[in-house]
Amino acid sequence: MDTCNLREAYGQALVELGRKDPRVVALEADLGKSTRSCLFKDEFPARYFEMGIAEQNMTSTAAGLALVGKIPFLSTFAVFATGRAYDQIRNAVSIPRLKVRICGSSSGLSDFGDGKTHQSVEDVALMRAVPNMTVLVPVDAVETRAMMHALLEHSGPAYLRVNRNDLPTFTSARAPYAIGATPTIREGRDVVVFANGVMVSRAVSAAEALRPEGIELKVVNVSTVKPLNAAAIRAAAASVRRGIIVAEEHSILGGLAGAVLEVLSEVRHPPSLVVGIPDSFGISARGYEELLAHFGLTDAAIAGAARKLVAAG
Amino acid sequence: MGESEQVAMLRRKAWLIRRNILTMIGTGKAGHLGGSSSLAEIVAVLYFHTMRLDPRDVKAPGRDRLILSKGHAVLAQYAALVELGVIPREEMSKLKTVDGMLQGHPDMDRTPGIEAVTGSLGQGLSIANGMALGLRLDGIPSRVYVILGDGELSEGQVWEAAMATANYRLDHVTAILDLNRIQASGPTRETFEIPHVAEKWAAFGWHCVEADGHDPSALMSALEEAAGEKGRPAMVIAHTVKGKGFSFAENNAAFHNGILTEELYQQAWRDLEAAPH
Repeated sequence: MDTCNLREAYGQALVELGRKDPRVVALEADLGKSTRSCLFKDEFPARYFEMGIAEQNMTSTAAGLALVGKIPFLSTFAVFATGRAYDQIRNAVSIPRLKVRICGSSSGLSDFGDGKTHQSVEDVALMRAVPNMTVLVPVDAVETRAMMHALLEHSGPAYLRVNRNDLPTFTSARAPYAIGATPTIREGRDVVVFANGVMVSRAVSAAEALRPEGIELKVVNVSTVKPLNAAAIRAAAASVRRGIIVAEEHSILGGLAGAVLEVLSEVRHPPSLVVGIPDSFGISARGYEELLAHFGLTDAAIAGAARKLVAAG
Repeated sequence: MGESEQVAMLRRKAWLIRRNILTMIGTGKAGHLGGSSSLAEIVAVLYFHTMRLDPRDVKAPGRDRLILSKGHAVLAQYAALVELGVIPREEMSKLKTVDGMLQGHPDMDRTPGIEAVTGSLGQGLSIANGMALGLRLDGIPSRVYVILGDGELSEGQVWEAAMATANYRLDHVTAILDLNRIQASGPTRETFEIPHVAEKWAAFGWHCVEADGHDPSALMSALEEAAGEKGRPAMVIAHTVKGKGFSFAENNAAFHNGILTEELYQQAWRDLEAAPH
Protein backbone atom coordinates (compact mmCIF):
# COMPACT_ATOMS: atom_id res chain seq x y z
CA MET A 1 0.00 0.00 0.00
CA ASP A 2 1.17 3.54 -0.80
CA THR A 3 2.31 5.64 2.10
CA CYS A 4 2.48 9.41 2.12
CA ASN A 5 3.56 12.08 4.57
CA LEU A 6 0.75 14.02 6.22
CA ARG A 7 2.89 17.04 7.10
CA GLU A 8 3.94 17.36 3.47
CA ALA A 9 0.30 17.10 2.45
CA TYR A 10 -0.53 19.87 4.93
CA GLY A 11 2.16 22.19 3.57
CA GLN A 12 1.24 21.55 -0.05
CA ALA A 13 -2.46 22.02 0.63
CA LEU A 14 -1.71 25.27 2.43
CA VAL A 15 0.00 26.53 -0.71
CA GLU A 16 -2.97 25.44 -2.83
CA LEU A 17 -5.31 27.34 -0.53
CA GLY A 18 -3.04 30.36 -0.72
CA ARG A 19 -3.35 30.33 -4.50
CA LYS A 20 -7.10 29.85 -4.31
CA ASP A 21 -7.88 32.56 -1.76
CA PRO A 22 -5.87 35.69 -0.99
CA ARG A 23 -7.38 35.81 2.51
CA VAL A 24 -5.38 32.73 3.53
CA VAL A 25 -2.41 33.59 5.76
CA ALA A 26 -0.08 31.35 7.76
CA LEU A 27 1.54 31.72 11.18
CA GLU A 28 4.33 29.63 12.55
CA ALA A 29 6.27 29.30 15.80
CA ASP A 30 9.74 28.45 14.49
CA LEU A 31 8.79 24.93 13.39
CA GLY A 32 7.92 25.68 9.78
CA LYS A 33 10.48 23.28 8.35
CA SER A 34 8.92 20.48 10.36
CA THR A 35 5.23 21.37 10.01
CA ARG A 36 5.91 22.18 6.31
CA SER A 37 4.27 25.58 6.55
CA CYS A 38 7.61 26.73 5.09
CA LEU A 39 6.23 25.79 1.66
CA PHE A 40 3.70 28.60 2.06
CA LYS A 41 6.44 31.01 3.06
CA ASP A 42 8.33 30.29 -0.15
CA GLU A 43 5.37 31.24 -2.31
CA PHE A 44 3.64 33.88 -0.18
CA PRO A 45 6.27 35.55 1.99
CA ALA A 46 4.09 38.60 2.71
CA ARG A 47 1.27 36.39 3.99
CA TYR A 48 3.50 34.24 6.18
CA PHE A 49 4.11 35.39 9.75
CA GLU A 50 6.99 33.85 11.67
CA MET A 51 5.95 34.55 15.25
CA GLY A 52 9.00 33.10 16.98
CA ILE A 53 8.79 30.59 19.78
CA ALA A 54 5.69 32.21 21.28
CA GLU A 55 2.59 30.11 20.73
CA GLN A 56 0.27 32.15 22.91
CA ASN A 57 1.01 35.35 21.04
CA MET A 58 0.75 33.49 17.73
CA THR A 59 -2.74 32.23 18.57
CA SER A 60 -4.14 35.59 19.68
CA THR A 61 -2.49 37.23 16.65
CA ALA A 62 -4.32 34.73 14.46
CA ALA A 63 -7.54 35.84 16.17
CA GLY A 64 -6.75 39.44 15.23
CA LEU A 65 -6.08 38.46 11.62
CA ALA A 66 -9.41 36.62 11.48
CA LEU A 67 -11.13 39.70 12.92
CA VAL A 68 -10.09 41.72 9.87
CA GLY A 69 -11.22 39.04 7.42
CA LYS A 70 -8.15 36.85 6.96
CA ILE A 71 -8.25 33.05 7.18
CA PRO A 72 -5.26 32.22 9.35
CA PHE A 73 -3.72 28.76 9.49
CA LEU A 74 -1.34 28.44 12.41
CA SER A 75 0.91 25.48 12.89
CA THR A 76 3.25 24.13 15.50
CA PHE A 77 3.55 20.83 17.32
CA ALA A 78 0.17 19.59 18.56
CA VAL A 79 1.22 19.58 22.19
CA PHE A 80 2.12 23.29 22.10
CA ALA A 81 -0.70 24.34 19.77
CA THR A 82 -3.35 22.96 22.11
CA GLY A 83 -1.67 23.09 25.51
CA ARG A 84 0.55 26.14 25.57
CA ALA A 85 -2.06 28.27 23.88
CA TYR A 86 -5.22 26.68 25.29
CA ASP A 87 -6.51 29.86 26.93
CA GLN A 88 -5.94 31.87 23.75
CA ILE A 89 -7.80 29.25 21.69
CA ARG A 90 -10.62 29.23 24.21
CA ASN A 91 -11.09 32.94 24.74
CA ALA A 92 -9.78 34.91 21.77
CA VAL A 93 -10.64 32.38 19.06
CA SER A 94 -13.46 30.07 20.08
CA ILE A 95 -15.82 32.32 22.05
CA PRO A 96 -16.27 34.59 19.01
CA ARG A 97 -16.20 31.54 16.64
CA LEU A 98 -13.34 32.98 14.60
CA LYS A 99 -12.24 31.24 11.44
CA VAL A 100 -8.83 30.24 12.75
CA ARG A 101 -7.31 26.92 11.70
CA ILE A 102 -4.99 25.27 14.20
CA CYS A 103 -2.68 22.63 12.81
CA GLY A 104 -1.33 20.38 15.54
CA SER A 105 1.64 18.78 13.84
CA SER A 106 3.74 15.82 15.04
CA SER A 107 0.68 14.79 16.99
CA GLY A 108 0.10 11.82 19.27
CA LEU A 109 3.19 9.66 19.68
CA SER A 110 4.41 10.36 16.16
CA ASP A 111 7.28 12.53 17.42
CA PHE A 112 8.58 9.30 18.92
CA GLY A 113 12.11 10.41 19.83
CA ASP A 114 11.30 13.63 21.65
CA GLY A 115 9.38 11.97 24.44
CA LYS A 116 6.58 12.98 26.74
CA THR A 117 7.08 16.77 26.59
CA HIS A 118 6.57 16.72 22.83
CA GLN A 119 3.99 13.96 22.42
CA SER A 120 0.33 14.93 22.59
CA VAL A 121 -1.80 12.32 24.32
CA GLU A 122 -4.61 14.68 25.33
CA ASP A 123 -4.90 17.24 22.51
CA VAL A 124 -8.12 15.82 21.06
CA ALA A 125 -9.75 15.83 24.51
CA LEU A 126 -8.73 19.43 25.06
CA MET A 127 -9.96 20.65 21.69
CA ARG A 128 -13.13 18.58 21.79
CA ALA A 129 -14.13 20.19 25.07
CA VAL A 130 -13.93 23.71 23.65
CA PRO A 131 -17.37 24.90 22.48
CA ASN A 132 -17.59 25.84 18.77
CA MET A 133 -14.42 23.90 17.85
CA THR A 134 -14.26 21.47 14.91
CA VAL A 135 -11.80 18.59 15.48
CA LEU A 136 -10.35 16.66 12.56
CA VAL A 137 -7.96 13.69 12.67
CA PRO A 138 -7.00 12.74 9.11
CA VAL A 139 -6.21 9.12 8.30
CA ASP A 140 -3.81 9.82 5.45
CA ALA A 141 -2.28 12.46 3.21
CA VAL A 142 -5.20 12.46 0.78
CA GLU A 143 -7.72 13.09 3.52
CA THR A 144 -5.45 15.78 5.02
CA ARG A 145 -5.55 17.65 1.73
CA ALA A 146 -9.32 17.19 1.39
CA MET A 147 -9.84 18.50 4.92
CA MET A 148 -7.67 21.54 4.23
CA HIS A 149 -9.77 22.44 1.21
CA ALA A 150 -12.96 21.91 3.22
CA LEU A 151 -11.58 24.18 5.94
CA LEU A 152 -11.38 27.07 3.51
CA GLU A 153 -15.18 27.24 3.46
CA HIS A 154 -16.09 25.78 6.86
CA SER A 155 -17.07 28.38 9.45
CA GLY A 156 -15.74 28.68 12.98
CA PRO A 157 -12.49 27.51 14.53
CA ALA A 158 -10.97 24.14 13.65
CA TYR A 159 -8.23 21.87 14.92
CA LEU A 160 -6.40 19.58 12.48
CA ARG A 161 -4.31 16.81 14.05
CA VAL A 162 -1.43 15.93 11.77
CA ASN A 163 0.76 12.87 12.19
CA ARG A 164 4.52 13.32 11.73
CA ASN A 165 5.12 10.12 9.82
CA ASP A 166 4.22 8.53 6.50
CA LEU A 167 0.93 6.68 6.75
CA PRO A 168 -0.80 4.30 4.33
CA THR A 169 -3.41 5.81 2.05
CA PHE A 170 -7.04 4.72 2.35
CA THR A 171 -8.78 7.73 0.91
CA SER A 172 -9.49 8.07 -2.80
CA ALA A 173 -8.23 11.33 -4.23
CA ARG A 174 -11.27 11.43 -6.50
CA ALA A 175 -13.92 10.91 -3.82
CA PRO A 176 -15.74 14.04 -2.65
CA TYR A 177 -15.06 15.05 0.95
CA ALA A 178 -17.14 16.94 3.50
CA ILE A 179 -16.44 17.58 7.16
CA GLY A 180 -18.46 15.02 9.12
CA ALA A 181 -17.75 12.25 6.61
CA THR A 182 -17.35 8.99 8.51
CA PRO A 183 -16.45 6.50 5.80
CA THR A 184 -16.54 2.74 6.21
CA ILE A 185 -13.13 1.48 5.17
CA ARG A 186 -14.05 -2.18 5.38
CA GLU A 187 -17.32 -4.03 5.84
CA GLY A 188 -17.87 -6.70 8.49
CA ARG A 189 -20.76 -8.06 10.54
CA ASP A 190 -19.34 -9.05 13.93
CA VAL A 191 -17.43 -6.16 15.46
CA VAL A 192 -17.10 -2.53 14.41
CA VAL A 193 -13.87 -0.64 14.97
CA PHE A 194 -14.25 3.12 15.18
CA ALA A 195 -10.76 4.43 14.53
CA ASN A 196 -8.93 7.45 13.22
CA GLY A 197 -5.42 8.48 12.29
CA VAL A 198 -2.80 5.76 12.36
CA MET A 199 -5.17 3.34 14.08
CA VAL A 200 -7.28 2.89 10.96
CA SER A 201 -4.46 0.96 9.32
CA ARG A 202 -4.05 -1.15 12.47
CA ALA A 203 -7.74 -1.96 12.43
CA VAL A 204 -7.59 -3.02 8.79
CA SER A 205 -4.63 -5.31 9.57
CA ALA A 206 -6.53 -6.75 12.51
CA ALA A 207 -9.48 -7.43 10.22
CA GLU A 208 -7.19 -9.33 7.84
CA ALA A 209 -5.76 -11.35 10.71
CA LEU A 210 -9.21 -12.28 12.03
CA ARG A 211 -10.69 -13.33 8.72
CA PRO A 212 -9.36 -16.93 8.85
CA GLU A 213 -10.95 -17.22 12.32
CA GLY A 214 -14.34 -16.34 10.89
CA ILE A 215 -14.54 -13.04 12.73
CA GLU A 216 -15.59 -10.10 10.58
CA LEU A 217 -14.45 -6.60 11.50
CA LYS A 218 -16.10 -3.52 10.14
CA VAL A 219 -13.69 -0.56 10.13
CA VAL A 220 -15.00 3.02 10.24
CA ASN A 221 -12.75 6.05 9.86
CA VAL A 222 -14.03 8.64 12.33
CA SER A 223 -11.80 11.44 11.12
CA THR A 224 -14.29 14.12 12.14
CA VAL A 225 -14.28 13.84 15.92
CA LYS A 226 -16.32 17.00 16.30
CA PRO A 227 -18.99 17.62 15.19
CA LEU A 228 -19.34 13.86 15.46
CA ASN A 229 -21.57 12.21 12.89
CA ALA A 230 -23.79 10.61 15.52
CA ALA A 231 -26.12 9.04 12.97
CA ALA A 232 -23.24 7.26 11.25
CA ILE A 233 -21.84 6.04 14.57
CA ARG A 234 -25.20 4.71 15.75
CA ALA A 235 -25.94 3.06 12.42
CA ALA A 236 -22.55 1.33 12.35
CA ALA A 237 -22.96 0.20 15.97
CA ALA A 238 -26.40 -1.18 15.16
CA SER A 239 -25.06 -3.08 12.15
CA VAL A 240 -22.79 -5.47 14.09
CA ARG A 241 -23.69 -8.48 16.23
CA ARG A 242 -20.93 -8.80 18.82
CA GLY A 243 -19.30 -5.58 19.85
CA ILE A 244 -17.71 -2.19 19.38
CA ILE A 245 -14.05 -1.18 19.57
CA VAL A 246 -12.77 2.37 19.61
CA ALA A 247 -9.10 2.62 18.60
CA GLU A 248 -7.12 5.85 18.80
CA GLU A 249 -3.60 7.13 19.25
CA HIS A 250 -4.66 9.25 22.22
CA SER A 251 -5.39 8.94 25.90
CA ILE A 252 -8.38 6.72 26.59
CA LEU A 253 -9.77 9.74 28.44
CA GLY A 254 -11.80 12.23 26.49
CA GLY A 255 -10.78 11.59 22.91
CA LEU A 256 -12.50 9.56 20.20
CA ALA A 257 -13.58 6.90 22.71
CA GLY A 258 -15.30 9.55 24.78
CA ALA A 259 -16.98 11.02 21.72
CA VAL A 260 -18.23 7.68 20.35
CA LEU A 261 -19.41 6.27 23.67
CA GLU A 262 -21.20 9.53 24.50
CA VAL A 263 -23.42 9.26 21.43
CA LEU A 264 -23.96 5.53 21.97
CA SER A 265 -24.95 6.10 25.60
CA GLU A 266 -28.33 7.29 24.40
CA VAL A 267 -29.11 4.07 22.48
CA ARG A 268 -29.00 0.32 23.06
CA HIS A 269 -25.66 -0.96 21.74
CA PRO A 270 -23.38 -4.01 21.85
CA PRO A 271 -20.57 -4.17 24.46
CA SER A 272 -17.53 -2.00 23.85
CA LEU A 273 -13.77 -1.95 24.41
CA VAL A 274 -11.23 0.85 23.95
CA VAL A 275 -7.74 0.51 22.48
CA GLY A 276 -5.83 3.68 23.36
CA ILE A 277 -3.06 5.12 25.48
CA PRO A 278 -3.69 4.41 29.15
CA ASP A 279 -3.91 7.52 31.34
CA SER A 280 -0.22 8.35 31.02
CA PHE A 281 2.28 10.52 29.17
CA GLY A 282 4.34 9.24 26.25
CA ILE A 283 8.00 8.23 26.30
CA SER A 284 11.02 8.43 24.00
CA ALA A 285 11.56 5.56 21.61
CA ARG A 286 13.85 4.76 18.68
CA GLY A 287 10.97 4.31 16.29
CA TYR A 288 7.27 5.02 15.86
CA GLU A 289 6.25 1.36 15.54
CA GLU A 290 8.15 0.48 18.68
CA LEU A 291 6.37 3.24 20.58
CA LEU A 292 2.92 2.30 19.30
CA ALA A 293 3.63 -1.30 20.40
CA HIS A 294 4.79 -0.08 23.83
CA PHE A 295 1.36 1.45 24.41
CA GLY A 296 -0.56 -1.44 22.86
CA LEU A 297 -1.66 0.50 19.81
CA THR A 298 -1.32 -2.50 17.49
CA ASP A 299 -3.34 -4.66 15.16
CA ALA A 300 -2.78 -7.50 17.63
CA ALA A 301 -4.39 -5.46 20.41
CA ILE A 302 -7.41 -4.70 18.23
CA ALA A 303 -7.68 -8.35 17.17
CA GLY A 304 -7.43 -9.41 20.81
CA ALA A 305 -10.20 -7.03 21.79
CA ALA A 306 -12.39 -8.36 18.97
CA ARG A 307 -11.84 -11.97 20.04
CA LYS A 308 -12.77 -11.03 23.59
CA LEU A 309 -16.01 -9.39 22.46
CA VAL A 310 -16.91 -12.37 20.25
CA ALA A 311 -16.12 -14.88 23.01
CA ALA A 312 -18.21 -12.90 25.51
CA GLY A 313 -21.12 -12.67 23.11
CA MET B 1 -14.06 73.82 17.75
CA GLY B 2 -11.13 75.58 19.43
CA GLU B 3 -8.78 73.59 21.63
CA SER B 4 -10.21 74.89 24.87
CA GLU B 5 -13.73 74.07 23.72
CA GLN B 6 -12.53 70.63 22.66
CA VAL B 7 -10.94 70.01 26.05
CA ALA B 8 -14.13 71.16 27.78
CA MET B 9 -16.18 68.82 25.59
CA LEU B 10 -13.86 65.89 26.41
CA ARG B 11 -14.01 66.65 30.12
CA ARG B 12 -17.78 66.63 29.86
CA LYS B 13 -17.65 63.23 28.03
CA ALA B 14 -15.37 61.82 30.72
CA TRP B 15 -17.87 62.99 33.34
CA LEU B 16 -20.70 61.33 31.43
CA ILE B 17 -18.65 58.15 31.18
CA ARG B 18 -18.19 58.14 34.96
CA ARG B 19 -21.88 58.82 35.42
CA ASN B 20 -22.76 55.88 33.15
CA ILE B 21 -20.28 53.62 34.96
CA LEU B 22 -21.92 54.46 38.27
CA THR B 23 -25.40 54.01 36.79
CA MET B 24 -24.48 50.55 35.52
CA ILE B 25 -22.85 49.41 38.74
CA GLY B 26 -25.58 50.66 41.05
CA THR B 27 -25.47 49.22 44.52
CA GLY B 28 -23.98 45.81 45.14
CA LYS B 29 -21.13 44.16 43.30
CA ALA B 30 -21.91 44.63 39.65
CA GLY B 31 -18.67 45.92 38.21
CA HIS B 32 -15.10 47.07 38.40
CA LEU B 33 -15.41 50.70 39.51
CA GLY B 34 -11.71 51.42 40.06
CA GLY B 35 -10.18 50.29 36.77
CA SER B 36 -13.12 51.59 34.76
CA SER B 37 -13.09 55.11 36.18
CA SER B 38 -9.33 55.43 35.75
CA LEU B 39 -10.00 55.07 32.02
CA ALA B 40 -12.69 57.74 31.66
CA GLU B 41 -10.54 60.45 30.05
CA ILE B 42 -8.57 57.96 27.94
CA VAL B 43 -11.73 56.44 26.50
CA ALA B 44 -13.32 59.88 26.06
CA VAL B 45 -10.35 61.19 24.08
CA LEU B 46 -10.17 58.05 21.93
CA TYR B 47 -13.87 57.86 21.05
CA PHE B 48 -14.68 61.57 20.89
CA HIS B 49 -11.49 62.94 19.42
CA THR B 50 -8.76 60.64 18.16
CA MET B 51 -10.35 57.57 16.61
CA ARG B 52 -11.94 57.52 13.18
CA LEU B 53 -15.19 55.75 13.91
CA ASP B 54 -18.64 56.43 12.53
CA PRO B 55 -21.09 55.54 15.31
CA ARG B 56 -23.71 54.76 12.65
CA ASP B 57 -21.42 52.25 10.94
CA VAL B 58 -19.24 50.59 13.56
CA LYS B 59 -18.33 47.75 11.17
CA ALA B 60 -16.91 50.00 8.42
CA PRO B 61 -13.69 48.34 7.22
CA GLY B 62 -11.73 51.60 7.35
CA ARG B 63 -12.55 52.37 11.01
CA ASP B 64 -9.95 52.64 13.73
CA ARG B 65 -10.21 49.83 16.25
CA LEU B 66 -10.02 49.82 20.02
CA ILE B 67 -9.15 46.64 21.90
CA LEU B 68 -9.58 46.75 25.65
CA SER B 69 -7.00 44.24 26.80
CA LYS B 70 -7.84 44.97 30.44
CA GLY B 71 -11.32 43.72 29.71
CA HIS B 72 -12.57 43.97 33.29
CA ALA B 73 -12.76 47.76 32.78
CA VAL B 74 -15.27 47.31 29.97
CA LEU B 75 -17.80 49.51 31.79
CA ALA B 76 -15.78 52.52 30.62
CA GLN B 77 -16.11 51.34 27.04
CA TYR B 78 -19.83 50.60 27.40
CA ALA B 79 -20.29 54.04 28.94
CA ALA B 80 -18.68 55.73 25.94
CA LEU B 81 -20.52 53.57 23.41
CA VAL B 82 -23.80 54.54 25.09
CA GLU B 83 -22.89 58.22 24.68
CA LEU B 84 -22.06 57.55 21.02
CA GLY B 85 -25.47 55.94 20.53
CA VAL B 86 -23.89 52.61 19.56
CA ILE B 87 -25.26 50.80 22.62
CA PRO B 88 -28.89 51.60 23.51
CA ARG B 89 -29.04 53.54 26.77
CA GLU B 90 -31.63 51.17 28.25
CA GLU B 91 -29.08 48.35 28.12
CA MET B 92 -27.26 49.93 31.07
CA SER B 93 -29.89 48.68 33.51
CA LYS B 94 -29.48 45.15 32.13
CA LEU B 95 -25.73 44.94 32.78
CA LYS B 96 -24.66 41.34 33.41
CA THR B 97 -28.12 39.91 32.90
CA VAL B 98 -28.75 36.92 30.63
CA ASP B 99 -31.07 38.96 28.43
CA GLY B 100 -28.82 42.00 28.19
CA MET B 101 -26.09 42.78 25.67
CA LEU B 102 -23.58 43.98 28.26
CA GLN B 103 -21.50 41.06 29.51
CA GLY B 104 -19.07 41.17 32.41
CA HIS B 105 -16.17 41.23 29.99
CA PRO B 106 -15.99 42.38 26.33
CA ASP B 107 -17.96 40.06 24.04
CA MET B 108 -18.01 41.11 20.40
CA ASP B 109 -20.88 38.76 19.60
CA ARG B 110 -23.32 40.38 21.99
CA THR B 111 -22.28 44.00 22.09
CA PRO B 112 -22.07 46.43 19.16
CA GLY B 113 -18.85 48.40 19.04
CA ILE B 114 -16.82 45.72 20.81
CA GLU B 115 -14.05 44.45 18.53
CA ALA B 116 -12.83 41.24 20.20
CA VAL B 117 -13.19 38.93 23.16
CA THR B 118 -10.82 40.00 25.92
CA GLY B 119 -10.71 39.69 29.66
CA SER B 120 -8.36 36.79 30.05
CA LEU B 121 -5.49 39.22 30.61
CA GLY B 122 -2.48 39.60 28.37
CA GLN B 123 -4.08 38.91 25.00
CA GLY B 124 -5.20 42.29 23.69
CA LEU B 125 -1.92 43.47 22.20
CA SER B 126 -1.54 40.20 20.29
CA ILE B 127 -5.05 40.58 18.89
CA ALA B 128 -4.31 44.20 17.96
CA ASN B 129 -1.13 43.07 16.19
CA GLY B 130 -3.07 40.49 14.18
CA MET B 131 -5.55 43.16 13.11
CA ALA B 132 -2.73 45.51 12.22
CA LEU B 133 -0.97 42.86 10.11
CA GLY B 134 -4.19 42.09 8.24
CA LEU B 135 -5.07 45.74 7.70
CA ARG B 136 -1.61 46.42 6.34
CA LEU B 137 -1.91 43.49 3.91
CA ASP B 138 -5.12 45.03 2.61
CA GLY B 139 -3.68 48.54 2.41
CA ILE B 140 -6.30 49.87 4.86
CA PRO B 141 -4.79 52.84 6.75
CA SER B 142 -6.63 52.23 10.03
CA ARG B 143 -5.00 52.50 13.43
CA VAL B 144 -5.43 49.89 16.11
CA TYR B 145 -5.56 51.15 19.68
CA VAL B 146 -5.13 48.81 22.60
CA ILE B 147 -5.47 49.62 26.29
CA LEU B 148 -3.47 47.60 28.78
CA GLY B 149 -3.46 47.71 32.55
CA ASP B 150 -0.28 47.91 34.57
CA GLY B 151 -1.19 44.84 36.62
CA GLU B 152 -1.66 43.01 33.33
CA LEU B 153 1.98 43.55 32.40
CA SER B 154 2.96 40.52 34.48
CA GLU B 155 1.35 38.30 31.82
CA GLY B 156 4.19 36.90 29.71
CA GLN B 157 2.15 37.10 26.53
CA VAL B 158 2.23 40.91 26.73
CA TRP B 159 5.99 40.79 26.18
CA GLU B 160 5.74 38.19 23.42
CA ALA B 161 3.36 40.59 21.72
CA ALA B 162 5.54 43.63 22.44
CA MET B 163 8.40 41.94 20.59
CA ALA B 164 6.12 41.04 17.68
CA THR B 165 4.75 44.58 17.29
CA ALA B 166 8.29 45.90 17.04
CA ASN B 167 9.52 43.02 14.83
CA TYR B 168 6.78 43.67 12.31
CA ARG B 169 7.20 47.46 12.62
CA LEU B 170 3.50 47.93 13.28
CA ASP B 171 3.59 51.69 13.64
CA HIS B 172 -0.18 51.80 13.19
CA VAL B 173 -0.61 50.15 16.59
CA THR B 174 -0.89 52.52 19.54
CA ALA B 175 -0.84 50.97 22.99
CA ILE B 176 -2.09 52.93 25.97
CA LEU B 177 -0.97 51.83 29.39
CA ASP B 178 -3.42 52.67 32.16
CA LEU B 179 -0.79 53.05 34.85
CA ASN B 180 -2.98 53.32 37.91
CA ARG B 181 -0.52 51.48 40.17
CA ILE B 182 -3.11 49.29 41.84
CA GLN B 183 -4.09 45.71 41.08
CA ALA B 184 -6.70 43.42 42.59
CA SER B 185 -4.67 42.50 45.67
CA GLY B 186 -3.22 45.92 46.41
CA PRO B 187 -0.70 48.47 45.18
CA THR B 188 1.42 47.01 42.37
CA ARG B 189 4.62 47.89 44.21
CA GLU B 190 3.52 45.68 47.12
CA THR B 191 1.89 42.97 45.02
CA PHE B 192 4.04 42.35 41.96
CA GLU B 193 6.22 45.28 41.14
CA ILE B 194 7.23 45.90 37.54
CA PRO B 195 9.78 48.68 37.74
CA HIS B 196 11.14 50.79 34.88
CA VAL B 197 8.10 50.25 32.69
CA ALA B 198 9.03 52.89 30.10
CA GLU B 199 12.58 51.59 29.86
CA LYS B 200 11.30 48.05 29.39
CA TRP B 201 9.03 49.01 26.50
CA ALA B 202 11.78 51.13 24.98
CA ALA B 203 14.13 48.15 25.19
CA PHE B 204 11.51 46.10 23.37
CA GLY B 205 11.62 48.57 20.48
CA TRP B 206 8.77 50.91 21.38
CA HIS B 207 8.60 54.67 21.51
CA CYS B 208 7.05 55.75 24.82
CA VAL B 209 5.20 58.97 25.53
CA GLU B 210 4.19 59.77 29.11
CA ALA B 211 1.05 61.73 29.88
CA ASP B 212 -1.35 62.63 32.66
CA GLY B 213 -4.13 60.14 31.96
CA HIS B 214 -6.79 62.46 33.34
CA ASP B 215 -5.82 65.50 31.25
CA PRO B 216 -7.56 65.38 27.85
CA SER B 217 -5.16 67.91 26.42
CA ALA B 218 -2.11 65.89 27.43
CA LEU B 219 -3.69 62.68 26.14
CA MET B 220 -4.56 64.25 22.78
CA SER B 221 -1.02 65.42 22.17
CA ALA B 222 0.49 62.14 23.42
CA LEU B 223 -1.75 60.14 21.07
CA GLU B 224 -0.81 62.47 18.25
CA GLU B 225 2.88 62.01 18.95
CA ALA B 226 2.40 58.24 19.11
CA ALA B 227 0.61 58.20 15.76
CA GLY B 228 3.39 60.26 14.21
CA GLU B 229 6.07 57.73 15.12
CA LYS B 230 7.16 55.86 11.99
CA GLY B 231 8.82 52.47 11.71
CA ARG B 232 8.16 51.39 15.28
CA PRO B 233 5.14 51.16 17.54
CA ALA B 234 4.42 53.68 20.24
CA MET B 235 2.90 53.51 23.68
CA VAL B 236 1.23 56.24 25.68
CA ILE B 237 1.99 55.66 29.32
CA ALA B 238 -1.00 57.26 30.98
CA HIS B 239 -0.51 58.07 34.63
CA THR B 240 -3.90 57.58 36.21
CA VAL B 241 -5.64 57.22 39.54
CA LYS B 242 -7.61 54.06 40.13
CA GLY B 243 -11.17 54.95 41.13
CA LYS B 244 -10.67 58.54 39.85
CA GLY B 245 -13.62 60.80 40.59
CA PHE B 246 -15.01 58.74 43.46
CA SER B 247 -13.53 59.90 46.75
CA PHE B 248 -13.73 56.59 48.62
CA ALA B 249 -12.40 54.55 45.69
CA GLU B 250 -9.41 56.67 44.63
CA ASN B 251 -6.17 54.72 45.03
CA ASN B 252 -8.08 52.05 46.94
CA ALA B 253 -7.57 48.44 45.87
CA ALA B 254 -10.79 47.49 47.66
CA PHE B 255 -12.72 49.08 44.80
CA HIS B 256 -10.98 47.11 42.06
CA ASN B 257 -14.23 45.15 42.16
CA GLY B 258 -15.64 46.14 45.52
CA ILE B 259 -19.18 46.21 46.81
CA LEU B 260 -21.00 49.55 46.63
CA THR B 261 -23.21 49.89 49.68
CA GLU B 262 -26.19 52.23 49.48
CA GLU B 263 -24.20 54.74 51.50
CA LEU B 264 -21.18 54.59 49.17
CA TYR B 265 -23.42 54.71 46.14
CA GLN B 266 -24.97 57.95 47.41
CA GLN B 267 -21.50 59.29 48.17
CA ALA B 268 -20.43 58.47 44.61
CA TRP B 269 -23.35 60.50 43.23
CA ARG B 270 -22.44 63.42 45.48
CA ASP B 271 -18.83 63.20 44.22
CA LEU B 272 -20.06 63.24 40.64
CA GLU B 273 -22.37 66.17 41.24
CA ALA B 274 -19.56 68.09 42.91
CA ALA B 275 -17.19 67.56 39.99
CA PRO B 276 -17.27 70.15 37.18
CA HIS B 277 -19.53 68.95 34.38
